[in-house]
Amino acid sequence: MSSAFTKSTARNIFYGGAVFFFLLFVAMTFDTMNTLPKRDNRANLTESVARGKHIWETRNCIGCHTLLGEGAYFAPELGNVYKRRGPEFIKAWIKSQPTGAPGRRQMPQFHLTDAELDDMVNFLKYTSEINTAKWPPNIEG
Amino acid sequence: MQYKSQAVAKPYFIAAIGLFLGQIVFGLIMGLQYVVGDFLFPAIPFNVARMVHTNLLIVWLLFGFMGSAYYLIPEETERELHSPKLALALFWIFLVAGALTIVGYLAVPYATLAKLTGNDLLETMGREFLEQPLPTKVGIVIVALGFLYNLSMTVLRGRKTSISLVLMVGLWGLAIFFLFSFYNPTNLVKDKYYWWWVVHLWVEGVWELILGSLLAFVLVKVTGVDREVIEKWLYVIIAMSLISGLLGTGHHYFWIGAPEYWQWWGSVFSALEPIPFFMMTVFAFNMVNRRRREHPNKAAVLWALGTGVMAFLGAGVWGFLHTLAPVNYYTHGTQITAAHGHMAFYGAYAMVVLTMISYVMPLLRGRAANSRAAQLAEMAAFWMMTISMVLITLFLTAAGILQVWLQRVASTPMSFMAAQDQVSMFYWMREFTGLVFLAGLLLYIASFFIKGKDAAAA
Repeated sequence: MSSAFTKSTARNIFYGGAVFFFLLFVAMTFDTMNTLPKRDNRANLTESVARGKHIWETRNCIGCHTLLGEGAYFAPELGNVYKRRGPEFIKAWIKSQPTGAPGRRQMPQFHLTDAELDDMVNFLKYTSEINTAKWPPNIEG
Repeated sequence: MQYKSQAVAKPYFIAAIGLFLGQIVFGLIMGLQYVVGDFLFPAIPFNVARMVHTNLLIVWLLFGFMGSAYYLIPEETERELHSPKLALALFWIFLVAGALTIVGYLAVPYATLAKLTGNDLLETMGREFLEQPLPTKVGIVIVALGFLYNLSMTVLRGRKTSISLVLMVGLWGLAIFFLFSFYNPTNLVKDKYYWWWVVHLWVEGVWELILGSLLAFVLVKVTGVDREVIEKWLYVIIAMSLISGLLGTGHHYFWIGAPEYWQWWGSVFSALEPIPFFMMTVFAFNMVNRRRREHPNKAAVLWALGTGVMAFLGAGVWGFLHTLAPVNYYTHGTQITAAHGHMAFYGAYAMVVLTMISYVMPLLRGRAANSRAAQLAEMAAFWMMTISMVLITLFLTAAGILQVWLQRVASTPMSFMAAQDQVSMFYWMREFTGLVFLAGLLLYIASFFIKGKDAAAA
């Protein structure tokens, strides 16, 4: 680095760059928030979906599964599981856990009521209808 | 050790290493569950092991950052800490709260823990890395505020160096962005959007400032190169970190429902994200080559050089591998992400904390450097841990490529579980390599107990 490029120049690039790009990020966030109503399926955000999300969170499902590709990679992607399996399969699957098959990955039994299973399914249905730019690449997630 | 109050760093470092050991043990449990699915089930289900693994990672790094800051700030500001007592009190509060949280994860089902800790008052739990119960989250904020108050008061009244200012900006940023962990809207897209304001703006934003300043501090000390030169580098590196990293957040917005322009913005800016890490490597080697003295602590110099290289490989190269939107479309949420995450966290953050511990611990124990025998053991541990982490990353990458192929690209895509069975060999190899990592860590810990004639004074 030449002597013309001083420490205070470098410092100014840091503070200026950080502030500029943070403000740009905030501006893009505003634009994103304005665009979201067209993509995030909020019309279908019912009380039941909210309860389903609460169940999803308080059972720490993200600790094994991914949802829209984020989470743990131990168990299948569930962002599109509603489309892959349908509501009845999802409920039957949760009820029948754990499989107890020797050596196979196990899912805990959460003792959900029928109403809670419906909430769970509604949450997964809502999630599957978010516009995710055609991700995942196929139905297998 | 020039200032008495620097001694508060010691318990922080000891706790950090202890929690690091816990993190690795739970990592090995999870690694085994990948191939022996019912291992320890139902006592420790995978999701619980994973919470413990990732939360311990965050907590031990925070202990490491705090210990480092408590050591660094008095020396840089040339005055004692504002309140060493507060620093020690916060240490015990944080340690007990952290331990109780882990016990909570292990002792009761997560839903019960949520109920017991008031998650219904403000729902924040059950999101990746932010699984902590509400009282823990509040506790983290209180500890962080006390810590920042203590350091800020010290800096305000003392000499203000660039290294200490950058560190403070990084630490304040860490605390401020953590506040987004309290925001959890029902709208999943918004939830995920702002979740990244903690997760991404931490590890690819403000934490890089902490990383840069700690590395710069150690390099000033062990090379004797002029501070002006090192601080200029520091500013250029962190400027690049934030210029690329802030909009680089966009690479997480490709598939969560955010507008599709993020695919362009996220790709372009995250393609720039390796640059600061590359500069960090060049910086570290450059400074060591231009050194004006031979510091007796060879182990610390090795860790400092290793941090640059491994952060560049893990965060830079492995991040870039799957950051462009057309590639990420296939690799998102696969073992490739896991591969990147392991090497990036180890290279950037675990190693910089280990660099600080390596440099500082002997000083806290009243010597310039450890004995030759102790340093040899520590350097052997460095190589064991670092090489195993490279191999873990390579095995997970291989597993990920195969997974992408079988599950997403092949003409008849396999289901997730069928694809997992096909890649199990790589999971076994990862698990064995993980055992070598554990052995390396145990040797590292043992090196603290190796006596011998102290190396010459600095």
